[in-house]
Amino acid sequence: MTSLVVSSWPGAVMLVLLFSGFLCLYRIGKGPTAPDRTVAIDILGTLMVGFCAVLTWVTGRAFYMNIGITWALLSFIGTIALAKYLEGRDFDD
Amino acid sequence: MTDTLGLIFILIGVLFDLFGCIGLVRLPDIYNRLQAATKCVTLGTCMILFGLFVITGISSAGILSLLCALFVLFTSPVGAHALARAAHRYGIKLWDGSVTDKYADIDRPEH
Repeated sequence: MTSLVVSSWPGAVMLVLLFSGFLCLYRIGKGPTAPDRTVAIDILGTLMVGFCAVLTWVTGRAFYMNIGITWALLSFIGTIALAKYLEGRDFDD
Repeated sequence: MTDTLGLIFILIGVLFDLFGCIGLVRLPDIYNRLQAATKCVTLGTCMILFGLFVITGISSAGILSLLCALFVLFTSPVGAHALARAAHRYGIKLWDGSVTDKYADIDRPEH
């Protein structure tokens, strides 16, 4: 595991993505208003799609990309739903 | 050759992801954070997925990653616009250094 993290490109890419995810978690915890947290959740979902792509690159198994596509779909739907909720409207408005 | 090219794409994408998240933490109000984070992270994740397509080529993972890149490219600006409008109607004030708010005139012309 140490050799994977230190001496290979996928390990370095994963570390940078995890660090970015922790920055998003900081904004989710601190962010003064609800839309700040919603933006951070959206960005965290997009980062995890990239993480699934890196897992596909490392392991060579295609089903991680299925997880990534599903995650992108659910993140988009969740963002739209939260935006509508914050706006104070119904979904058919 | 394609491995090196894909690795370059993936590294550029990861750097864009990192810069977008630094902007998410550092910038002063929600609209600045929204533009920095959404632009950088959308381009970054699309770069990662396109780099994976360049590495794997026409295979199951390659086609899936190309589809996912197209999907992220189309849906992320839509979500960002919906969030910006929701934040504006939610009543979030702009940062003190902002110079104009044209959306207020369009959105609430009676004020």
